Amino acid sequence: MLRLEFIVKKIGQLVVTIFAVASFNFLLFRVLPGDPIRLLARAGRLTPEAIDRLRQLFGLDQSVVTQYLYYLRNLATGELGISFTYRQPVIEILQERISNTLLLLATSTVIVLIIGVSAGMIAAARRGSKIDSSLVITSLVFWSLPTFWTGLVLIIILGVYFHALPISGMSTAGADNLTAFERILDIGKHILLPTITLAIVDMGQFMLITRSTLVDVLTEDYILTAKAKGLPSRKVLWNHGLPNALLPILTTTALYVSLIVGGAIQVETVFSWPGMGRLMYDAVLRRDYPILEASFFFTAATVILANFITDILYMFIDPRVREA
Amino acid sequence: MNDTSSFPKQESFMKSTWKLLWADPKGRAGVILLIFVLLFSFLGPVLFPFNPKDMATTSKEILQAPTAQHWWGTDEMGRDVFRATLAGSQVSLVVGLMATLISIIIGSIVGLIAGYYQGFLGNVLMRITDFFLVLPILPLIIVLAVLFGQSFTILILVIGLTSWSGTARIVRSQVISLRERQFIDRIRSLGASDFRIIGVHILPNVLPLIFANTVLVIAGSILAEATLAFLGLGDPVHVSWGTMLHYAFIAGAAGRGAWWYLIPPGLGIVTIVLAFTLTGHSLDQILNPRLRKY
Repeated sequence: MLRLEFIVKKIGQLVVTIFAVASFNFLLFRVLPGDPIRLLARAGRLTPEAIDRLRQLFGLDQSVVTQYLYYLRNLATGELGISFTYRQPVIEILQERISNTLLLLATSTVIVLIIGVSAGMIAAARRGSKIDSSLVITSLVFWSLPTFWTGLVLIIILGVYFHALPISGMSTAGADNLTAFERILDIGKHILLPTITLAIVDMGQFMLITRSTLVDVLTEDYILTAKAKGLPSRKVLWNHGLPNALLPILTTTALYVSLIVGGAIQVETVFSWPGMGRLMYDAVLRRDYPILEASFFFTAATVILANFITDILYMFIDPRVREA
Repeated sequence: MNDTSSFPKQESFMKSTWKLLWADPKGRAGVILLIFVLLFSFLGPVLFPFNPKDMATTSKEILQAPTAQHWWGTDEMGRDVFRATLAGSQVSLVVGLMATLISIIIGSIVGLIAGYYQGFLGNVLMRITDFFLVLPILPLIIVLAVLFGQSFTILILVIGLTSWSGTARIVRSQVISLRERQFIDRIRSLGASDFRIIGVHILPNVLPLIFANTVLVIAGSILAEATLAFLGLGDPVHVSWGTMLHYAFIAGAAGRGAWWYLIPPGLGIVTIVLAFTLTGHSLDQILNPRLRKY
């Protein structure tokens, strides 16, 4: 019963937040900056008749409230307008790009989690040692690296100097008659540099989260009990420390989804990866407002959804939440 | 930590904080880097002034590798990368500092109010804070910068107005624990107004925490500016390190192997961000009561 109540409450929060993002988006693109016609048509000089026609076409002759309601309806039905540069419905462009971004994010997040969490465990287990402090400092250095610059440096070293890896795109141009296996191998080669970049930059963050959470857990009384009853420290760490640290790590990770999305935009830009991030960068350069508007809403909604899923997962793993 | 009595006089408090900071290898490295960066960005442009109109006269001087005349090579217009890097440091630093000021003021006020008034007002403020906390920051500031134009002021405002939620959360949780302390109860029973309690008795106790957080936020703001500028949203007049890297990227410096054009501005960003991160991290461990036990 309590569990159901929790889920209902979380769903309510999810709906309110997504609604707030949608309204915020509307406010940003339709109300705040100057003349929407200029934004929508992006044309220098228009005759007054043409302006009137455009106003009617986009419903801008209606009141703001009516426009808002239309906007919500269009959003709900997936009508996100037509891109200025691609002359194609925005929703179709997004559908093409989203899977490429997810592939990149999934690969790099798995690597980041494995390396980051293990490094954090090592540091926490040997808290105060030389290994610990050098791991912490390494993490802070990695954290200080701008993602886009790390990508550029890797391009110079691994791409240009050593010619080891392809530096741009998702597949080799012109290589059309490949077998399925060769195609996967080709994408695998292209995904390596962007993934390494994201892994380097985000790894430090996850190491620090894991370390501080584990250090918190390792000072708890039940850890002292486990040690007192003579358990070897390795067992204390694996059987008592890590399981209890996993939950806070999970929640903090959800908060970093926003950071990971930011990293993806930069990496996709640098490596011309045909995903949402590169789409946003191109839209910025060409001032393609419908694309920008839709991709902002989409990324925000995804991040919010990821946080929602974490909350629900948390409830299933942690029995304490059900009672609270 | 037991009530105000454990807080020594202001001067000795600062002195002891400084001692702890200097004793921590991270803190010491951060402070030394910070001094280095400040000297670099304030003395550098005076000693080696940069003239953006000083372009190449021959094609040989375009994207030229380091020579005796151009220590760090030239860019795609044949300008000296060393002098451009020195000039760019101030822009990055000023945008980062100003944006942080805005962010910290908003975050502290929201945190103080939300922590003190835990009823309806506090709840509403925390909902807004959480909203900003989950919004993907980079897409948000990209959209804002695109809509409001590219200028120094807009960059500062956009970064400052979107990055305060972390500070608000940290300040709030500290205020909540302070609020429950006995000395606040006693002052309240003496008839002090809420405004006085927050301003005179709570704020001074959270200031150290706010200070540590400020140093960390500066690092984040400088990174945010660099990223926005790299994506082509920097101020075209005040060229920062991010803007330099934007032009380098557009000119295909990476693919052409022009490392001398990419390394200096990027390394500058890393150094400055690392300096603030190391110092802030160390300060946080000294001043944040939640971390102090380790």
